[in-house]
Amino acid sequence: MSTAAAFVAPTIDWAYLVPVIVVLGAGVLGVLVEAFVPDRHRRAVQVVLALGALVGALTTIVLLWGDVQELNGIQVLGGSLVIDPFGLALQGIVVVLALLATLVIADRTSTGQDAFAPTAAAVPGSAYEDLARRRGLEQTEVFPLVLFAVGGMMIFPATGDLLTMFVALEVLSLPLYVLTALARRRRLLSQEASFKYFLLGAFASAIFIFGVALVYGFAGSVRIAEVRAALLDGGGLDGMTGLVLLGLVMVLAGLLFKVGAAPFHSWTPDVYQGAPTPVTGFMAACTKAAAFGALVRVLYLIGSALPPDLQEKLVVALWVVAILTMVVGSVIGVIQTDMKRLLAYSSIAHAGFLLVALVGFGELSGFGVRAVVFYLLAYGLATVGAFAVVTLVRERSPQPQAAVESPVLAAVGSGGAPGSAGASGPAGGGAGEVPAPDGGAILGEATHLTEWAGLGRRSPWLAGSFALFLLSMAGIPLTAGFIAKFTAFGAAVAVGAWPLALIGVLASAVSVFFYVRIIVLMFFTPSPSSGSGGAAQGSQGDEAGGPVGTSAAAALAARVTVVRSEGFTTVAIVICVTGVILLGVLPSSVLDLALEAAKFRP
Amino acid sequence: MELTNYLILAAILFAIGATTVLLRRNAIIVFMGIELMLNATNLTFVTFSRMHGDLHGQVIAFFVMVVAAAEVVVGLAIIVAIFRTRRSASVDDVNLLKN
Repeated sequence: MSTAAAFVAPTIDWAYLVPVIVVLGAGVLGVLVEAFVPDRHRRAVQVVLALGALVGALTTIVLLWGDVQELNGIQVLGGSLVIDPFGLALQGIVVVLALLATLVIADRTSTGQDAFAPTAAAVPGSAYEDLARRRGLEQTEVFPLVLFAVGGMMIFPATGDLLTMFVALEVLSLPLYVLTALARRRRLLSQEASFKYFLLGAFASAIFIFGVALVYGFAGSVRIAEVRAALLDGGGLDGMTGLVLLGLVMVLAGLLFKVGAAPFHSWTPDVYQGAPTPVTGFMAACTKAAAFGALVRVLYLIGSALPPDLQEKLVVALWVVAILTMVVGSVIGVIQTDMKRLLAYSSIAHAGFLLVALVGFGELSGFGVRAVVFYLLAYGLATVGAFAVVTLVRERSPQPQAAVESPVLAAVGSGGAPGSAGASGPAGGGAGEVPAPDGGAILGEATHLTEWAGLGRRSPWLAGSFALFLLSMAGIPLTAGFIAKFTAFGAAVAVGAWPLALIGVLASAVSVFFYVRIIVLMFFTPSPSSGSGGAAQGSQGDEAGGPVGTSAAAALAARVTVVRSEGFTTVAIVICVTGVILLGVLPSSVLDLALEAAKFRP
Repeated sequence: MELTNYLILAAILFAIGATTVLLRRNAIIVFMGIELMLNATNLTFVTFSRMHGDLHGQVIAFFVMVVAAAEVVVGLAIIVAIFRTRRSASVDDVNLLKN
């Protein structure tokens, strides 16, 4: 009884938790909506709930900003959560990007179908799946899943101890594993992506938590502030300084996996390609923001307190990872023939550019943090926008109501050769397609690069905004990406890491090649449907590395169409375009805000 | 009893788990390797908790167990979905996504 009496309940500053509570609470409500709201209203309720929660969270973050700036951060829940300017800024970025991504997720386009399987439990190609498709079932569980993931992403960069960081890591990862498996079309690829993501993700989080255990062994606490204090006064267990370095490296390995840095990047292309496209946009932008937030916190608060000799080793490791990531992302991106894979390698390269900004962590460079905050926003806007465009460019089957029953084995065979006509055809998704106005059924996204030829002539606005996002990712002046890269490399030069910045510029130049190649393809290459068709198409296919035969090329021709958005995706794309241009032309106020965000409270 | 022995045991278990993940081909076995890594972590936490004489490490072990349980739920669902589609749970058969 005496121990019970000695227990003191912590005082909780609920006000600072409101953004997180709103999002997670809406997630829980969403689960109840699934149970109690009748079928026909469910979708509308879920969309309103999800968007409302994210707008609400964003509003409260804006309202809290001044207060948090003044206090220079506050510890909540006995220090488990630290709402400091940096944490709050990252929460804001995550919520803004999640809001845009949710708009894309909610859009059913003019086909009236969303991007998710009618019943994810049905075996692809089975009669049950066919039935579910015909009945027009929809899985609105995606909205609560997205909200739970966003909740985890908001906690992740604002944690005060490594255990909360681990729990947040899982809270954001587990819904993403499920979301990855839910694609309506190409379900085999989607399940496979989820499988790989899950196994590698669980492996990485096991490494992360073992690292936490070692840090705990050294410091006797998982509280970041206490680990820092133990490092600074050389305390902890005797003769166990090695433990903390090993532990920290394992923690960083777990985080670098999440941001998709080489050599932990191998899941990225597979998962980005296999996941439903709106989900890919969501996780590419938001996971990266959240994970970089956590990475910055660990590096700046624990890494900077290491003894100088250990810190030097850590900096060298960071250099190697940054260089490897930039080179892998840029060089392998050049040979990709699938749009989503290409964007995945682009995302790996961006992780490398972001790491460049962080090498100054030992000197607590505020410019490094400013660069990361700005970069994450700029990259996120361009990425969500780019994947939103990809969701609208679709394939169309040549004949009305194309082949329905596709046996699983046939789907496996055709899925195995991306680039061949069957790769993205009826693989587990042929049944019950929506007829297009001119007869052919609208299929999944046209992700093969050759299918994008001539898009600029048929849909100039869509192709134009896609080109803008690509230019921003390439870092062309007057776009957000240029300012982002400039500040990131500037932060590295400021701490004397100019060779790293130089490699960054070179890698950036290599990546410009594949971005510009797509723009050339969209605007200056004749469309396959515009007549000259077959031959040109075949040669492009060969050039791109895929053995596209004449018949396949003929089948490809006239197979690409652009579906209209229900409105949500259009809004998201317009906001992304505006953001990318505004951040590129008038970056100073956002840069000032980002610099204000470069304050931590241990 | 020397407490360091527990740490060495935990490290060995963790290494076995990691090796299992990297070498075995059956998804369920790979998954068991991950669980073994998490349990090795628990042993480490509890041992350090004893060394430092505070209870945080033991409490953390419970958190890790809960997370491991949640991971099992999601992981088995994904593996079963894959198995029902392909009649195989081998990580080598899952190879549609390649360059």
